[in-house]
Amino acid sequence: MSDVRGLGTLFTDPDPDALRAVLREKPHGLLPKVCSVREAIERYVPDGAYLATGGFGGVRIPTALIHEIVRQRRTRLGYSGHTATHDFQILAAGRCFDRCDVAYVVGLEMRGMSPNARRYCQSGAVRFTEWTNAALLWRYRAAAMGVSFLPTRSMLGTDTFVRSAAVELTCPFTGKRFAAVPALSPDVALIHVHRADIFGNCQMDGSTVADLDVAAASRHVVVSCERLIPSEQIRAEPDRTAIPYYMVDAVVEAPGGSYPGNMPGEYYSDEEHLAEWLDVEQDPTRLADFLEANIFGVPDFEHYLALHGGMERIRQLRRTELLIDSGAADAHEELP
Amino acid sequence: MSRAYNDMELMVCVASRFLEDHSLVVVGTGGPCAATMLAQRTHAPNLVAMFEAGGAGARLEALPISVGDSRTWHRGITSGSMADTMTAIARGQVDVCFLGGAQIDPYGNLNSTLIGGTYEKPKVRFPGSGGANDLASHAWRTMVITPQDPRRFVEELDFITSPGYLTGRGAREAAGLPPGTGPYKVVTQLSVLGYDPETCRMRVESLHPGVSLQQVLDASSFELGVAPNLGETEPPSATELRLLRHQVDPTGLFIGR
Repeated sequence: MSDVRGLGTLFTDPDPDALRAVLREKPHGLLPKVCSVREAIERYVPDGAYLATGGFGGVRIPTALIHEIVRQRRTRLGYSGHTATHDFQILAAGRCFDRCDVAYVVGLEMRGMSPNARRYCQSGAVRFTEWTNAALLWRYRAAAMGVSFLPTRSMLGTDTFVRSAAVELTCPFTGKRFAAVPALSPDVALIHVHRADIFGNCQMDGSTVADLDVAAASRHVVVSCERLIPSEQIRAEPDRTAIPYYMVDAVVEAPGGSYPGNMPGEYYSDEEHLAEWLDVEQDPTRLADFLEANIFGVPDFEHYLALHGGMERIRQLRRTELLIDSGAADAHEELP
Repeated sequence: MSRAYNDMELMVCVASRFLEDHSLVVVGTGGPCAATMLAQRTHAPNLVAMFEAGGAGARLEALPISVGDSRTWHRGITSGSMADTMTAIARGQVDVCFLGGAQIDPYGNLNSTLIGGTYEKPKVRFPGSGGANDLASHAWRTMVITPQDPRRFVEELDFITSPGYLTGRGAREAAGLPPGTGPYKVVTQLSVLGYDPETCRMRVESLHPGVSLQQVLDASSFELGVAPNLGETEPPSATELRLLRHQVDPTGLFIGR
């Protein structure tokens, strides 16, 4: 059978040697990397960069870092729309990106669709190439493995394949058909974790989603963490290290940094505030005022958090997260 | 006609009955998750629910808002990673994937990407595949729960996001998808739909209480077949409704009460 190719644009270079050249120059030793949110974005997210964000849209997302991108008015970014929900919504509100690899965008799962992100995506201002969540995951993994593609059966036979930049290939061993998905190496990844030391060794609680592959695939990685921990704590439980220091360029301490998203074990999503986002987006003028009040008009994420109840709100959301008030957490106590 | 249940409750109760005990099911948010939680509390206590972001085996005590949120591994077997779920389904270890509403065609292909306009500038942009294409490509069986109306049930989709039987019998295999996989049931507010084993086109298998065949046929823009042994759906039982309202979705997040 002939070479069947998707029509989509490949926004990034899949050549593993291009990534190797960058990673060769990155410091390989244990160096302290702590900086401020502002410094991290100034240094690692220039206009035009291709960006990936960790977590799952509204779960363990690097909100503090994403707000700073909007606050610094970054433009012409490329964005990997992998399980992107509230993260996509914020970046769309800032009109920060003009090209996007899509697996999941515009929607916020059960919460509905973002009116503004939808307007932005329907305006023609953004170029898209279509993928799936697994296809983007394997694209990250290919880059992480130092190869230029991986084969998958996802997308075969559908328009998702037609609008992707994948290529059908025949397996040299079995003769079966696969979609070859090209390696994706973002210029920079932003990942929020539970704990990190000053060198960038990271611990996460709960699902790691695609973040181990995202971190390994990216040229630069900025980590924000709920709390900095002593390096001795990393060394006391090395099996808990999810992302090792050598992948990481900068570490930022950002308590509540996934708000209004869920931070597993720490705080549940703030559904009232997320509903407010969706509500103000119905009217571009109200959205502009909302962005002024919540992002442009505040110096940093801590001030944004304070506007919505600060650490007291985080404490309330912690009770929701742990199902304390519902009593459900105790419902199975009698079971084995 | 007054009923003791609304459309959402009816769909969730009916869909839950198609989930088998001791099966491994990858579940979407909303209806699929509610139906799974109900099945676990009725006939399928050993059903393991797996979610796209990696969670599996949770004791689902509250309806997750996201298929990646912490509810999806609450007191579960593993919190895992997306690769864990996606590789399990690609290897053939997942029995059923269970997806929510989208535009659907006679072969069970699904559109969750766009409607109208061009790809570059669509009239209405939807989220895209997410993990739906991955799940529908690899799961042995794909279950769908969706409201039925002529705008959702169309002969030709604007965009095939996720594969059903594509163009008919043998088309999945010809495209390279794993043999023996594909659409299984569609549960709507009016009926249970399945697929003709010869043509792989959708057909009515069971009418919900008080619904006529003509109503079901009229609620589709394409011609629905009719199964030779057309049945009538058992209405939701008092037990199903009690569990659904008090344990599965007490705040009415999905069922809207």
